[in-house]
Amino acid sequence: MNWAGLYAVLSGVNRHSTAIGRIWLSVIFIFRIMVLVVAAESVWGDEKSAFTCNTQQPGCNSVCYDHFFPISHIRLWALQLILVTTPALLVAMHVAYQQHQEKKLLVLTGHADAKHMEEVKKHKVRIAGSLWWTYVCSVVFRLLFEAVFMYIFYMLYPGYQMMRLVKCEAYPCPNTVDCFISRPTEKTIFTVFMLVTSSICIVLNMAELIYLVVRACARRSRHNSNPSSGKGSFYGHKHSSEYKQNEINQLLTEQDGSLKDMLRRNSGLQEKGDRCSAC
Amino acid sequence: MDWGALHTILGGVNKHSTSIGKIWLTVLFIFRIMILVVAAERVWGDEQDDFVCNTLQPGCKNVCYDHFFPISHIRLWALQLIFVSTPALLVAMHVAYRRHEKKRQFRKGDKKCEYKDIEEIRSQRFHIEGSLWWTYTSSIFFRLIFEAVFMYAFYYMYDGYQMPRLVKCSDWPCPNTVDCFVSRPTEKTVFTIFMIAVSSICILLNVAELCYLLTKFFLRRSKKAGNSKQQPNHENKEETKQNEMNELISDSCQNTVIGFSS
Repeated sequence: MNWAGLYAVLSGVNRHSTAIGRIWLSVIFIFRIMVLVVAAESVWGDEKSAFTCNTQQPGCNSVCYDHFFPISHIRLWALQLILVTTPALLVAMHVAYQQHQEKKLLVLTGHADAKHMEEVKKHKVRIAGSLWWTYVCSVVFRLLFEAVFMYIFYMLYPGYQMMRLVKCEAYPCPNTVDCFISRPTEKTIFTVFMLVTSSICIVLNMAELIYLVVRACARRSRHNSNPSSGKGSFYGHKHSSEYKQNEINQLLTEQDGSLKDMLRRNSGLQEKGDRCSAC
Repeated sequence: MDWGALHTILGGVNKHSTSIGKIWLTVLFIFRIMILVVAAERVWGDEQDDFVCNTLQPGCKNVCYDHFFPISHIRLWALQLIFVSTPALLVAMHVAYRRHEKKRQFRKGDKKCEYKDIEEIRSQRFHIEGSLWWTYTSSIFFRLIFEAVFMYAFYYMYDGYQMPRLVKCSDWPCPNTVDCFVSRPTEKTVFTIFMIAVSSICILLNVAELCYLLTKFFLRRSKKAGNSKQQPNHENKEETKQNEMNELISDSCQNTVIGFSS
């Protein structure tokens, strides 16, 4: 499991994201993960071997390096990227659950052939209902993780500039010792670059959150002004076929609109069009 | 996520590019990314380890290396290649958006939609016209800008493209002035010139593609203007033909009637 594996997992989620979500995913993979792998890792590659202290005292080098770099930038970024991309899996799990429900519904309505099952897998799920809440939670978690890591970075490495020289007094270094960091300017450039892309990702996440909220409010106001999409009645004899039909209608109303479209196209419900209130 | 993944992503964009765009993409992947990965990275691999200064002063080597190489050539090229290849994703996003719209029309059962199958929409190649033309042209424009900016950054940072053998350093903690020797300077110069040359070829290809797109745009526009002038004559011709046919039919009908009656 490496970055390519993560890419494969998240590409699937991409299908059910909003447009802003897809842009966010592209920025993450191209400007953060790819830059980390092809460029930043080689800059920090010799960070310990080329960390030189002006002393011959054995152990001083290691102790000073450990004191000034409790966790390397590269590892922090790797953790950040993993944690930031993982909330999208919540959405993937919810979509898988919804698709499972749709398949059960197809079996119930007698449309359990291979073609319909394939279409359930292929069709794009609308971000509405409970999926909307899951999606919003995942975006909020992403924002939270980004902010937390930016803060940790600032706490561990005050300011984002990498110093050329650090003065170390930790035992066993005699008195105060000058230690020199390898490639400080290059490291500063990449730190600033990763910071900027992180900020862009935060802005994209906020924009996506606002977009989702606005869309939900618009949909709600449309629904309020057009309440004709009636739900099937719950109250009927439980064993009658009418009751069963009403239950199906109820499930259909609650399910994503595309399933209705799919079934309508395949004319399964068209014959019952008069009775079917949810179509 | 590495160069291979970028190749996969951009391979998809290739379908909707012009021929010059396809050539540009090939040059990018074979003569720049591949050379970077299989050759240039090895040449610069020991750049710091073999950067040697004529002093025993600890820290002097680090400081001098940092002073003369604020960002390594390899990293600059990697960033340049990433930035230069990314505008093509704008085109990919626009194409995906168009496909999505067509699929929506198809699902609604719109009679205007001429596709028989959703698979056909997925595999269809879009012509570069309308708003896609503007997206495509913008992406080429951005590519040109990024190439130019990075070429300038290179020139500004390394004062010309030649790698010196010796650099004189007097930064603290180096005592006075110290001679520092760069590893593999000639090989590095050769690769730097090679990458600059290929970068220039890519700039030329982008400029050519831009000219080609503009020419196509103006030609299409003048053809449309020409067609709309001809339209009234064309309609008259249609009407004339229909009138002739009507006459023939009425003649033949009369003959038939006469024939029957006789």
